Amino acid sequence: MQYLPNIIFVILLIVGVGFFVKNVSKLKRNIFLGKDASVTDNKPQRWKNMAKIALGQSKMVVRPIAGALHIIVYVGFVIINIEVLEIILDGIFGTHRMFAVLGPVYDFLIGSFEVLALLVIIAVVVFWIRRNVIKLKRFFKPEMEGWPKKDGNLILYIELVLMILFLTMNGADYQLQQMGADHYAAAGSFPISSFIAPMFEGMSISTLVLIERTAWWVHIAGILFFLNYLYYSKHLHILLAFPNTYYGKLTPKGQFRNLQSVTDEVRMMMDPDADPYAEPAEDAAVPDKFGASDVQDLSWVQLLNAYTCTECGRCTSECPANQTGKKLSPRKIMMDTRDRLEEVGKNIDANNGEFKDDGKQLLNDFITPEELWACTSCNACVEACPISIDPLSIIMDMRQYLVMEQSAAPTDLNNMMGNIENNGAPWPFNQMDRLNWSKES
Amino acid sequence: MASELKVPTMAEFFASGTVPEVLFWVGCAGSFDDRAKKITKAFVKILNKANVSFAVLGTEESCTGDPAKRAGNEFLFQMQAVTNIEVLNAYDIKKIVTACPHCFNTIKNEYPGLGGNYEVVHHTQFLKDLLNDGRISMEGGNFKGKRITFHDPCYLGRANGVYEAPRDLIRKLDAELIEMKSCKQRGLCCGAGGAQMFKEPEKGDKDVNIERTEQALETKPEIIAAGCPFCNTMMTDGVKNKEKEGDVQVMDIAEMIATAEDL
Repeated sequence: MQYLPNIIFVILLIVGVGFFVKNVSKLKRNIFLGKDASVTDNKPQRWKNMAKIALGQSKMVVRPIAGALHIIVYVGFVIINIEVLEIILDGIFGTHRMFAVLGPVYDFLIGSFEVLALLVIIAVVVFWIRRNVIKLKRFFKPEMEGWPKKDGNLILYIELVLMILFLTMNGADYQLQQMGADHYAAAGSFPISSFIAPMFEGMSISTLVLIERTAWWVHIAGILFFLNYLYYSKHLHILLAFPNTYYGKLTPKGQFRNLQSVTDEVRMMMDPDADPYAEPAEDAAVPDKFGASDVQDLSWVQLLNAYTCTECGRCTSECPANQTGKKLSPRKIMMDTRDRLEEVGKNIDANNGEFKDDGKQLLNDFITPEELWACTSCNACVEACPISIDPLSIIMDMRQYLVMEQSAAPTDLNNMMGNIENNGAPWPFNQMDRLNWSKES
Repeated sequence: MASELKVPTMAEFFASGTVPEVLFWVGCAGSFDDRAKKITKAFVKILNKANVSFAVLGTEESCTGDPAKRAGNEFLFQMQAVTNIEVLNAYDIKKIVTACPHCFNTIKNEYPGLGGNYEVVHHTQFLKDLLNDGRISMEGGNFKGKRITFHDPCYLGRANGVYEAPRDLIRKLDAELIEMKSCKQRGLCCGAGGAQMFKEPEKGDKDVNIERTEQALETKPEIIAAGCPFCNTMMTDGVKNKEKEGDVQVMDIAEMIATAEDL
């Protein structure tokens, strides 16, 4: 029976990690429902971008307050994970504070974890106040109603509880160490939790052990729960920000992709030797659909973008259309893409790995033409995203579908395009008059 | 009265067997829009004054296809692009200057993939080079000490990272350059991009150009400087809407330099 806790721990660990691995494979499958993207070029620059933007948080600090608070939570999250490693090893081997052999280094580590834990608590509280008391405008757009709002708060609560459990565990441990309890040899330094310790004054060793053990178990169980919560929340960015910044756009922001399928058509039209009566070859592939009306028409990088979005809303708050009251919100474009992709993924799960037409698509059922036509293509959203998400590329792909597959451009734009076709300018002026300005005074 | 503009065409250069230093891509706005034509002429005056050997395509020029592409009509865009590239390559064009950031972006970034490779510069970059090479001199003149704010065109700034060339020129005019609350990387669009210029805006609280004009007016400028014919139109309309046209002028940087030089 003495190994019972070890066994329970290992089972908990296997279930927690196993479920997470299962969700990751589902995530991967969904992302690769997207089309190929050419993102294998310029690897050094891609690594550099990841190091700078994701690891270095360079774009977070464009907004200094949110940026500084975020860095605290981010550093806290990364560093405190070293402690999680010790907890896991202790759990498996039934040891207590295995890394204590490191001596002063251990003291320093535990001390810094504690300081970070306190800072994280402060940051999380400020984040909560920004969302719920100050009510920052970008957290109160229509797309944030319901689950997204709850989700945002829930993540803060989980982080808060995890940090409090961590400090409680240490505080009780510290008190037990002071009392010379068995198995609680003096180890670590407790600059923060030593202030909690007086709360435990007068408690018996067995009560304290119970508190310490409960905090320890709930803390690690909470971490495993949080790991699995990620897939169901907006919080995947803590993992996906890294690949997303790696695969982010390297070309100038103004450079939009030229469609190869169109290039082939145009080349053929312009080729004087092309046979206008040629039958298409028997084995010729079905021509590509122009643009995107559903998630499968987007590239896998765009779908990765959608899962990576953490709904911070910096894109939307910089969007000129959104600022002036139009329906377009770049964040909503990303959320809709993700929600539709999840729906498609569930459809595939329910139909033995095949997508069965559900009569819905990203266009109209999620994103309306009104939103798409409000975009000025100014790239403010792309610039604003702290982790290299590109909502503009999705908007443009969907416009292509509207115009080239459905001929559903607004009338004014049809006039403009008719003018370009007929006289080489967006207005109805004769091309032969192009140089008239040089003779006017 | 300034002397007549000298605007040679590529065809004329070709006929005489010579090659100009640079092709001036005028663009549709610069060719046809009454307000933008003034910018075109101002730029040509500077080129003439600096004895720059340049040419225009004239009637051989056609829309780059930018508004078609941003509106989603990739087909029309590529038809325009391929046709233009044939003309440009036939004349063996190496360097292009344009006063329109949309033409600039499209030719610079989207033509290479279709076989059109040129060195493309915005007119503010070109003017700055002329200045650095001592081919034009700039005295502040009537702009000395004036409060000027610069509106970043999206397709020059964010899209291509050109922020300083236009600002350096304004400083050279001895003007007081004041930045709006959103500028450079975070500059707010004028509302014309993405083919919005050619359609009515979607329903909302206000028009984008009004929002941007309000930001510009907050700096209490005497002049709102622009580097794009479409921004120019949008900001001019915004200033009129705010009934400030008596106090605030919207000017392209080329116009400012031409005026300062009394061209």
